[in-house]
Amino acid sequence: MNNGIGSGLVLELPTDVRSIETAVDYVMSRCSACAVHARRLHLNFRVGLTEALSNAMLYGNAHDPSQSVVVEVSIAQGRLQAIVRDHGSGFDPRAVPDPTLPENLSRPCGRGLFLMRQLLDEVWYNERGNEVTLVLRLDSGGPFEGGAEA
Amino acid sequence: MSFQVSKSGDVTLIEVEGQLIVGNRQELKQQVLEQLEDGDQKFVIDFANTGYIDSSGLGVLVSLSKKIREQGGELRLSSLNEDLRTLFELTKLDTLFRIADTKEQALEGF
Repeated sequence: MNNGIGSGLVLELPTDVRSIETAVDYVMSRCSACAVHARRLHLNFRVGLTEALSNAMLYGNAHDPSQSVVVEVSIAQGRLQAIVRDHGSGFDPRAVPDPTLPENLSRPCGRGLFLMRQLLDEVWYNERGNEVTLVLRLDSGGPFEGGAEA
Repeated sequence: MSFQVSKSGDVTLIEVEGQLIVGNRQELKQQVLEQLEDGDQKFVIDFANTGYIDSSGLGVLVSLSKKIREQGGELRLSSLNEDLRTLFELTKLDTLFRIADTKEQALEGF
């Protein structure tokens, strides 16, 4: 498969939210030949990766410019996978409230993890909570499918 | 991301070009807050030339809408593409904002 990722792609980014757009654009360019529906790549995967990087910098590394964020992107067994790792002490993803509940709808934050779960096929954190794995299945048929259980 | 600000009667129209994301959301927020401090109360933000808004961008819109309402005003949105509409629907923010298909429709009767 000519996917532009080869055996894998690893990026180490500074904790600077201004670097996210460029990094995600680069990953998207390397994934452009993936055998996945274009909208699932450019909406579902793009949004999920952007949110994971944003969370890693804002909350994981707490804006600390001396800390980096590592992204590992790979394709194997019909799955496009991204692992995003920060240097923070981690968090409990189960403790993040549902932003779509009426009492949370007017909150200005708290939608990143929700969007990841809605748009990716799988989302899970390591035990420490400082590394998230995002999976987009390449064989999913619909143009807009997602909904992780994590 | 860049944006153009214009007036249509007493409505402030802000046309966003490019992605509204965590790295640039404060620029839009600052612009709207300055207009609000100057006494503007009616705002339309148009996304005809915007490909993507992340959760931080959505959060800024929620925050601005709240501040504008507190001043007795209103924020309307317009021209969301299919992907943006999906994000608003998933997060149920389509229930929080008045969203028009075009900026002209957003301005009508404001």
